[in-house]
Amino acid sequence: MHAINAQSNVGKVPILSLKGITKIFPGVKALDEVNLDLYSGEVTALVGENGAGKSTVVKILTGIYQPDGGTIQIDETPTHLPTAQTAAEMGITAIHQETVLFDELSVAENIFLGHAPRGAFGLIDRSAMVRKATKILESIGADIEPAQRLRDLGIANKHLVAIARALSTDARVVIMDEPTAALSHKEIQELYELVEKLKSQNKAILFISHKFDEIFRIADRFTVFRDGQFVADGRLDEINEAELVKMMVGRDVNQIFPTREPNIGKDVLEVENMSHPTEFADISFTLRRGEILGFYGLVGAGRSEFMQSLFGITRAATGTIKIDGEPTTIHSSADATKAGIVYVPEDRGTQGAITALPIFQNITLPSLKQTSKKGFIRLAEEFSLAREYTQRLDLRAASLDTLTGNLSGGNQQKIVIAKWLATQPKVIILDEPTKGIDIGSKAAVHDFMAELAAQGLAVIMVSSEIPEIIGMSDRVIVMREGRRVAEITGSDLTPESLVRHAAGI
Amino acid sequence: MFRRLITSREALLLAAITLLLGLISLRFPSFVAPANLASVFNDTSPLILLAIGQMIVILTKCIDLSVAANLALTGMVVAMINVAFPNLPIAFILVIAVMLGTLMGMVNGLLVWKLDIPPIVVTLGTMTIFRGIIFLISDGKWVNSHEMSPAFKAFPRAALLGLPVLSWIAIFAVLVFTVVMTRTTFGRAAYAAGGNSHAATYAGINVGRTQFYAFTLSGALAGLTGYLWVSRYAVAYVDIAGGFELDVVAACVIGGVAITGGIGTVGGALLGALFLGVIKNALPVVNISPFWQLAISGAAIIIAVTLNARANRRKGRIILKSAEQAA
Repeated sequence: MHAINAQSNVGKVPILSLKGITKIFPGVKALDEVNLDLYSGEVTALVGENGAGKSTVVKILTGIYQPDGGTIQIDETPTHLPTAQTAAEMGITAIHQETVLFDELSVAENIFLGHAPRGAFGLIDRSAMVRKATKILESIGADIEPAQRLRDLGIANKHLVAIARALSTDARVVIMDEPTAALSHKEIQELYELVEKLKSQNKAILFISHKFDEIFRIADRFTVFRDGQFVADGRLDEINEAELVKMMVGRDVNQIFPTREPNIGKDVLEVENMSHPTEFADISFTLRRGEILGFYGLVGAGRSEFMQSLFGITRAATGTIKIDGEPTTIHSSADATKAGIVYVPEDRGTQGAITALPIFQNITLPSLKQTSKKGFIRLAEEFSLAREYTQRLDLRAASLDTLTGNLSGGNQQKIVIAKWLATQPKVIILDEPTKGIDIGSKAAVHDFMAELAAQGLAVIMVSSEIPEIIGMSDRVIVMREGRRVAEITGSDLTPESLVRHAAGI
Repeated sequence: MFRRLITSREALLLAAITLLLGLISLRFPSFVAPANLASVFNDTSPLILLAIGQMIVILTKCIDLSVAANLALTGMVVAMINVAFPNLPIAFILVIAVMLGTLMGMVNGLLVWKLDIPPIVVTLGTMTIFRGIIFLISDGKWVNSHEMSPAFKAFPRAALLGLPVLSWIAIFAVLVFTVVMTRTTFGRAAYAAGGNSHAATYAGINVGRTQFYAFTLSGALAGLTGYLWVSRYAVAYVDIAGGFELDVVAACVIGGVAITGGIGTVGGALLGALFLGVIKNALPVVNISPFWQLAISGAAIIIAVTLNARANRRKGRIILKSAEQAA
């Protein structure tokens, strides 16, 4: 197998080819004339930072998004993929990070849902379905009983069922989007074997991963995207990790970050040996007034989990937290807020604003103790607090009575930040503060962050965007697999060093 | 904006009720005579009381199906106490009724909060249990009018400033709970917990405890209504107010309370209950079969839910700057 794959692709025809694909969202060009070729019997790794456009490509390939420009060619024929169903019929299938399967159905039913073999009167032919399922499962070397309920399987076996489902439709192109993110070491080895099997069945595989070791382990080719643009492609045996990292992060600085004169004061927050049974271990650091401390790492490195624990949402098993030198116990978000730590979550849609409440009620929600007396809310104080912080964040709305759900995403974001500032915190944790917002709003958030630090607030910024981490942080802690692996400052703070520590190379 | 939207929804319902009354008055002018309207209100008072409690529970993204069973059990207990100790003052009976109802509400709340069981399952279970307990303590027998003391039966009917006490209790509850829901930290927590439980948790609100309080209030109102119901109809047996929990949920839904939580007002619950009350009282007058009454209530629920869904859809995210300015 490998001997064939090692040959140059010159003269070989891709099964699927994206040519000059562009996708524009309001305010953002997610993809800008990108190219991608997938070959039969080969694994192509799609490499890029967060926001490079990888998931947009997956959605275009699976018919969920329509490109605004460029062509999709299958067997050299220009094709449209208007719906997910068309993509499936064309033999393109995707196995997602979080597999979309049905826990209460059997393995065989999951594999054939939507295209089950039919018998008399159009009823599902169960025995044929089980027979076919057995055959497919055997072909991928999966030791799973087709009659088993899916809920009884482990995550790795669920992946195998997802793959079997993909194969049941005679897929020719298999997209694996971070398939190993949730797997244990042994399960990952089994997945590698499976990928080899799929290759030997001449499937074209698009493999999306942040982990360099596994890319070099199983992929034959690579394609690099950066900020929605195509950077390079080629064969992996012709380059090394350092070169790949460089292609991924090397860029002209086209984003301007606020210039800061950090005025760093005394220690505010000291965290010692915080550990959680399953999510992170031995995290220690100190944070000072006026400082912006970046937390970098790959998705799933445990940064958000750690921050949620620091904020009292999940409880850490061990460790101590000191605020202004005083040991503090945090058992709930109310404790954390009282102690002066606030957290602006990453998923502001589900964890941030309450859209059914008006602006002023959202802003005062964590401060109700201050704006109420004996359980009764004092409307005048509530309004003046809300007014103060909407003005501070320059939030323009017709009235504080406006329903939060009626505001734009950027303004909802301001409300979420305003409500935490209204509690007058000492430490503010911003989790992916600019994820999913346009360039203009990003700059506003960055300016604001700099202003907060200048006012003496200690800021923790969790971010997966390298330019942002480098542009904003005074100091960066890198996490990998639930542990703190490096602390980088000054001239050592380069894209290469961040990626190397985060990926462990 | 928010107020305007809510008031407009309530205004719509108020208009519907007025229209309904107008139509009825065309053929039966006596129906809209003040005395008759007062009696319709009095007749609807138990529904109003329960709908207020249910509204709070639904607001926190739960549901309380045990309210009617709670009412029936409390009613039976106080009726039996009255039979055993006819001279106990009514104030004492009221306290027992509220406490007993509160206790049952707390059981629901604790199961939802501490054991994390879905509210529909919890209250379906306790509903059956409460009815079962009535059978056990009463041996399936009725407590009839002649066994109850005159004072026990007179309390809800006693006239005060031209209205029966029952009506005054409903009016008082509407006022008190309007303040509770709009002006207290508990009220705010209930809206937040149901509107977005994650965000509420992050804001330091204990969502489970808020739901527990909601069930407790709903139970307390059901207990209070239990005594009022039994004394008003002067009878207590296993099946009183059977199926009434559905009328209560219907009143909430018609009143614009979102079954998905986070949206609703006491005023809405009041109007929803009045709408059903007017239909229930008017149909026999206009000589329409009670089966039509069910059909009309059902249609009203579906129309209300459709209107709510449409309102929510229109409220979706406004991305265009121009649209935001217009909004």
